[in-house]
Amino acid sequence: MNLGKLAGFGLVAAVAAAVVAPVVAQPSGPIAQRQALMKQNGKDTKAGFAMVKGDAPYDAAKALMIFSGMHDVASKYGALFPKGSETGGDTEAAPAIWTKPAEFKAAVAKFEADTKKAMDAKPATLDAFKPLLISVTANCKSCHEAFRVDKP
Amino acid sequence: MRRLLAGLMLLAGVGAALFWLLTIPARVDEARFAGLVGSPARGARLFWAGGCASCHAAAGAKGYARLELGGGAALKTQFGSFQPPNISPDLHAGIGGWRLIDFANAMQKGVDPEGNHLYPAFPYTSYARMTPADIADLYAYLRTLPSVAAASPDHDLALPFNIRRGIGVWKLAFAGADRPEIDLPAAASPAARAGQYLVEGPGHCGQCHTPRGLGGIGGPDRSRWLGGAAALEGKGRVPNITPAKQGIGVWSEGEIAEYLETGFTPDYDSVGGAMVEVQKNMAMLTKADRAAIAAYLKVVPPVATAK
Repeated sequence: MNLGKLAGFGLVAAVAAAVVAPVVAQPSGPIAQRQALMKQNGKDTKAGFAMVKGDAPYDAAKALMIFSGMHDVASKYGALFPKGSETGGDTEAAPAIWTKPAEFKAAVAKFEADTKKAMDAKPATLDAFKPLLISVTANCKSCHEAFRVDKP
Repeated sequence: MRRLLAGLMLLAGVGAALFWLLTIPARVDEARFAGLVGSPARGARLFWAGGCASCHAAAGAKGYARLELGGGAALKTQFGSFQPPNISPDLHAGIGGWRLIDFANAMQKGVDPEGNHLYPAFPYTSYARMTPADIADLYAYLRTLPSVAAASPDHDLALPFNIRRGIGVWKLAFAGADRPEIDLPAAASPAARAGQYLVEGPGHCGQCHTPRGLGGIGGPDRSRWLGGAAALEGKGRVPNITPAKQGIGVWSEGEIAEYLETGFTPDYDSVGGAMVEVQKNMAMLTKADRAAIAAYLKVVPPVATAK
């Protein structure tokens, strides 16, 4: 392969990357970011319950990844509701997030604490994992009860 | 001039009398309840199916506190604020003095023992579909719950909704449980029929999931049964739960039943909003009851989401 060919290949690769980039780029803006984080949570929850239901074998490494993934979401989540992100982008965020900020903050803090506890427990068996998953995912509905609405 | 005035007054008098006659509260046929003695054990199932605690227990109540029915958080709607009353067995603040027939009239005709119309925020148009035996069982169960001595505050409604007698007109137009909300296919399974009873009767699902006519004042629009509606409280929507594409057509029966039990959708999104309370109640039912509800939701006519 000569230098010219290499340069040509580089150019093609750069163009391809530029074309593909907008598709694979991290979602921008707080609304898209929090939606992506919640999708991630859904995937982790699904993978967790697949093990609980016996659809997948118990895997301690995977369990740890699930809880650390959720903890990562929890630690980023609270900062993604700046003023101005109340509407738009198909957001399902409820007005209560901004009218009851202390309660919202407490709910996110609880999710962060519960996921930390589950992560630190490093459950080695399914029996240890199951109650942790249930207590962590109880945060889903308690938070969505007050702080999410279906799209108007 | 005097003649005209007299004529107008006569007309007004006739109008008022007609209004009065048309809005006389109807009551249940007492013979259907004669001699019925309910079972509290069976009544517990109807208590959870009916969602009594979600409105009549204190907001955010957990565990045993969900059985203290002193009247819960007000329902804030476009008509004003409805205050769920104390329905604990307290003799003064609650309904401890009610006989079975009084309870039946409230549950199925929306009339209290003094003959006042009750607001349809209390879903008696659905409870009217319950069997007398089930009403008696629920009555028996409620009598076993703790007494709460605090009286509940009054509703806070805007004119003209604060004129109770006017509810009689609403009932003429929208109450009546003489036929099912929808006709099931002849081949519908026994489970789907059992689900129809739970959904259309005690479960009163259509009260929120079906759009209402007349800008929200009317009764549920049967042609768009369970097709989703604007939320009665606050912002947002209540989802379409028919087998349509925009509804839950891609969910299997098992997935619907599992959602009712755990609060997770097939994609592990979670239950939210007012449905969180409802799902808590559904989780108290038997697997067979949840499966029946799921079977019914798979055979109702698919409808496009109402705008």
